[in-house]
Amino acid sequence: MPHDHHDHDTLNPPGHPYRADDDAPLSYWQVMEIAVRELLVEKGITTASEIAAQIDTMDARTPSNGAQVVARAWCDPEFHAALMDDASEATHAMGFDIGALKLIAVENTDEVHNMIVCTLCSCYPRNLLGLPPDWYKSRAYRSRTVREPRSVLAEFGVILPDTTKIRVHDSTADMRYIVIPNRPEGTENMSQNDLSGLVTRDSMIGTGLAIPSLSLDA
Amino acid sequence: MGGDTAGPIPMEQRPDADHDFALWEKRVDALMILGSAKGFFTVDGLRRVLEDLGEDAFETMTYYERWIMAVNQNLIEGGAYTTADLAAKMADVTARGDTYGDAAAPVK
Amino acid sequence: MQQHLLNESRLMQKIRVKHLMPPGHVRTPAYLRGKVGVIERSLGAFPNPEDLAYGVTARALPLHRVRFRMADVWGANAENPNDTLDAEIYEHWLEPADAT
Repeated sequence: MPHDHHDHDTLNPPGHPYRADDDAPLSYWQVMEIAVRELLVEKGITTASEIAAQIDTMDARTPSNGAQVVARAWCDPEFHAALMDDASEATHAMGFDIGALKLIAVENTDEVHNMIVCTLCSCYPRNLLGLPPDWYKSRAYRSRTVREPRSVLAEFGVILPDTTKIRVHDSTADMRYIVIPNRPEGTENMSQNDLSGLVTRDSMIGTGLAIPSLSLDA
Repeated sequence: MGGDTAGPIPMEQRPDADHDFALWEKRVDALMILGSAKGFFTVDGLRRVLEDLGEDAFETMTYYERWIMAVNQNLIEGGAYTTADLAAKMADVTARGDTYGDAAAPVK
Repeated sequence: MQQHLLNESRLMQKIRVKHLMPPGHVRTPAYLRGKVGVIERSLGAFPNPEDLAYGVTARALPLHRVRFRMADVWGANAENPNDTLDAEIYEHWLEPADAT
């Protein structure tokens, strides 16, 4: 299905006149979405602009928010302590409006590697990182990660020694988790901003590691 | 679901490219957030409906199809509108045309 | 009324997830029923999701983070016995594990 890439760069304005997927044949579930949305507006429960504003708000949330949090935790020991103590409060103080979320930061070390999954649905720290990737919501990831995390990690290209303990978090309740990846070696002289460029979305879920500094072009 | 055997992790989105969600999918997401924010249902209600769909739903429905189904059912249970309201509205929408662009009313 | 399982002096208390298999929506994952773990931290009280799932008024119940060794969940099938699994479990699903 062709995609309209331009709405990555700008917030999708309401009433956008043309989208490539406008031409696709209408499905039953799309009919339901339109019907539900229009009913809610007719009943005065919401408005078209409130819905559009919510979409814009989600579009603006991306993994770069989380990367900034991680980079600051690496650089600023006071912030790091605050983040580990109360991640909701610390990220809020940094200017990220994560709403009513209860956020818990878990950090990777040489001894411990954390992975996040939600077996009950697909809960994700979306208010900080944006919408989760499709694989995170897949049956395969949700089934296998709690039983065979190392095998799942291997599919992501991550192999850890037996001396590193894997800690899987199944976010069953109201908490949402962000992984603070291990800071790559040799990055002592990097600026906080440059450090945030090493932090991938996957490294904050626990299916990846931060990018080693040597692999970046100058 | 946790602990069940399953195949390889579906990796179409690797490495970090974001899935370009369709507008209707973003709208489903928005309706889910707004519906729960306004007190019509909770994540637990959504999870319960999703579970009641059964394992087959993973084979026959996409993620956002399952979620609009769950949001809709929760809204009806929460009293936002009735099944009759929905039936009439879905018939109206279907009559508008064959594509999403035709059927989705312009945003006012 | 069940006594509160946890106070500060009982962190890391060994507990077992009750081996109940009710129908309908519960928040305690099936794969953890009957398994033994330790309380890693207590999170406070939250409205019972089993009530919320059905739109019923929910009373607040204590929630704990429980840590399980993979060997204690999967037995001989565990990839690495000392890897762990943390999940948030409501207190009414937990019972002491040391009781004989």
